[in-house]
Amino acid sequence: MSDTKILTLIEAVTAALDHEMGLDKEIVLMGEDVGKNGGVFRATDGLQQKYGDERVMDTPLAEAMIAGLSVGMAAQGMKPVPEIQFMGFVFPAFNQIATAAARMRNRTRGRLTMPITFRMPYGGGIHAPEHHSESTEALFAHIPGLRVLIPSNPTRAYGLLLASLRSPDPILFLEPKRVYRMVKHEVEMNGVALPLDKCFVDREGDDITLISWGAMMHETLLAADQLAKDGVSVEVIDVATVAPMDMETIFTSVRKTGRCVVVQEAPRAGGLGSEIAAEIAEHELMSLIAPIGRVAGYDTIMPYAKMEMQYMPSVERVVEEAQKVLKYV
Amino acid sequence: MVKKPTKATSKKTKPAKAKTKKVKASAKTEKFKATHDELMHYYREMLMIRRFEEKSGQMYGMGLIGGFCHLYIGQEAIVVGIQAGLKDGDATITGYRDHGHMLAAGIDPNAVMAELTGRATGISSGKGGSMHMFSTEKHFYGGHGIVGAQVPLGTGVAFANKYKGNDNISVIYFGDGASNQGQVFEAFNMAKLWNLPALFIIENNQYAMGTAVERATGRADLSHRGDSFAIPGKLVDGMNVLEVKAETDKAVKYIRSGKGPMILEMKTYRYRGHSMSDPAKYRTKEEVQKMRAEHDPIDQIKDRLLKSGKVTEEELKELDKELKAIVTKSADFAQASPFPEPSELYTDILIEGEA
Ligand SMILES: Cc1ncc(C[n+]2csc(CCOP(=O)(O)OP(=O)(O)O)c2C)c(N)n1
Ligand SMILES: [Mg+2]
Repeated sequence: MSDTKILTLIEAVTAALDHEMGLDKEIVLMGEDVGKNGGVFRATDGLQQKYGDERVMDTPLAEAMIAGLSVGMAAQGMKPVPEIQFMGFVFPAFNQIATAAARMRNRTRGRLTMPITFRMPYGGGIHAPEHHSESTEALFAHIPGLRVLIPSNPTRAYGLLLASLRSPDPILFLEPKRVYRMVKHEVEMNGVALPLDKCFVDREGDDITLISWGAMMHETLLAADQLAKDGVSVEVIDVATVAPMDMETIFTSVRKTGRCVVVQEAPRAGGLGSEIAAEIAEHELMSLIAPIGRVAGYDTIMPYAKMEMQYMPSVERVVEEAQKVLKYV
Repeated sequence: MVKKPTKATSKKTKPAKAKTKKVKASAKTEKFKATHDELMHYYREMLMIRRFEEKSGQMYGMGLIGGFCHLYIGQEAIVVGIQAGLKDGDATITGYRDHGHMLAAGIDPNAVMAELTGRATGISSGKGGSMHMFSTEKHFYGGHGIVGAQVPLGTGVAFANKYKGNDNISVIYFGDGASNQGQVFEAFNMAKLWNLPALFIIENNQYAMGTAVERATGRADLSHRGDSFAIPGKLVDGMNVLEVKAETDKAVKYIRSGKGPMILEMKTYRYRGHSMSDPAKYRTKEEVQKMRAEHDPIDQIKDRLLKSGKVTEEELKELDKELKAIVTKSADFAQASPFPEPSELYTDILIEGEA
């Protein structure tokens, strides 16, 4: 029998870590201030007290080392869960993630697996510039051998993190920090993982498909509400597992609606929206009634404070783009 | 701790009240014989930073500063003492705790405050915020948000100084936490290999966010960080501006003579949280109070000045008023300034048109 708890996204992260650590001794957490302080966003709050400092470790400030160490631990069958304090600080670790973690299974022809979950908060919404706010998921989604997961709400954070902790693959688990405390869900504490390779259809409709992930799901759903008021039947897809991506669910939807808009917070050029649009164009061109619409951040460096608001795609921009796509005959 | 308190001070049962601070001027201080004018200058510079930072803290509290804000309160003696030992054209580079470095370099407080509040009149046009400020005019190469990343950059600045043969040095500031980043060691190695004019300043305020220095390294006396690279290092009382000045003079002389880089570990303390959002569970209020009461860099100099009889309490109060007015003016200036135009989103990314 499982109970339910009303959780924010960040509490759901803590709950999933706690659940899995209780079952699997190979799981260890590490990162800057994750132990004694429970993490700057409090994602690991209370876990060092519960599991001890051998399993919840404060590390020195050294991201390259944190990632490299994780690879070595995983090679021995451990399941490290390093936290990169903000996604923008991952670049010293990028080398080890891209050239070791992602390739070890392939290099050893399957003899070694890399059950590592790199957790990191990402995305805008706290008015800080650059590395504290940007969305660089496409950089990682481009690397074969990595999975990239982005939960958009507490339920998905719980289920996808469980899946991630149980997966033998190296995973980037990107937590949209703007949503950390934005919504609460009643989450069943049943230890059931969500699939690692499936998009979620959050709303069914016939006229247009809106596709997004992460924090932008909230703008996208609000846009869908607004369009629904005008009598538009909107289908909304949360990609969630952005690499590898479940294109089949997206194709099925587009075959039904014939129109779609992709919404992403990241800059437009070379983002995941481009990949989704290309896949749809390649495989479903004949199903399309209108050109594919895209709403994205701008191709600029994430600006500071007030300007962040100009950068971030708004509900209005999504609605406008959807209307443009809907009008096309 | 910077210095063991004397028996007399540690016997006190209550932490000293702000008004009755008793600050011990150490014997070491005598290494640098400051003139009255010099003392007054250091006092003014340090107090200016303190008042500016207090205002920044208030502005953050009022929601006028976005994201993060890392205050320099408690560490003022370091930048002021070092700046006093530099000459025109010497370069400075640091991390995100950079407001004090900018003020010490002579950068207009209005431009700094306007930047903190994201205004178009800020030194980075309101697009960089507290972590990303620069002044080419003052050879201030930033303001960097990625911990430790400024160390190789500053080493490159030193390389350019040497290449150009301009006799200038590069002062590279970083924290105790940053000193554990791998690229810091890569920088040390090359700086010595090529004997670059680099002065590495480790601002050891004893914490990297919530992690005490000895919880992050097996050898917490960071002045030894250069040992295996053959870079000489020295431990300095970073709460004492005169000692900072004395050691800077020696280091700068050594570096300018072409002998290569040097490391100074400045033992210091930040009074405030890591940033403005810091639950401060990692240290006690008493620890902070003790540092403030016994080692405050500004009080130490104030004490000397008053004891010298060359300035009165009243005159120092006047000076404080003058500084507060400058700081208030900077806050007013910032608040009266416009936010950047949306079109600014696209400026200064790549050179527009044909390069
Ligand atoms: C590469 C990187 N990792 C982590 C952070 C987050 N962070 C910012 S400051 C800081 C602590 C730095 O401590 P220290 O170097 O001692 O400098 P201090 O803040 O004490 O001045 C951390 C972990 C960052 N900005 N960059
Ligand atoms: Mg520090």
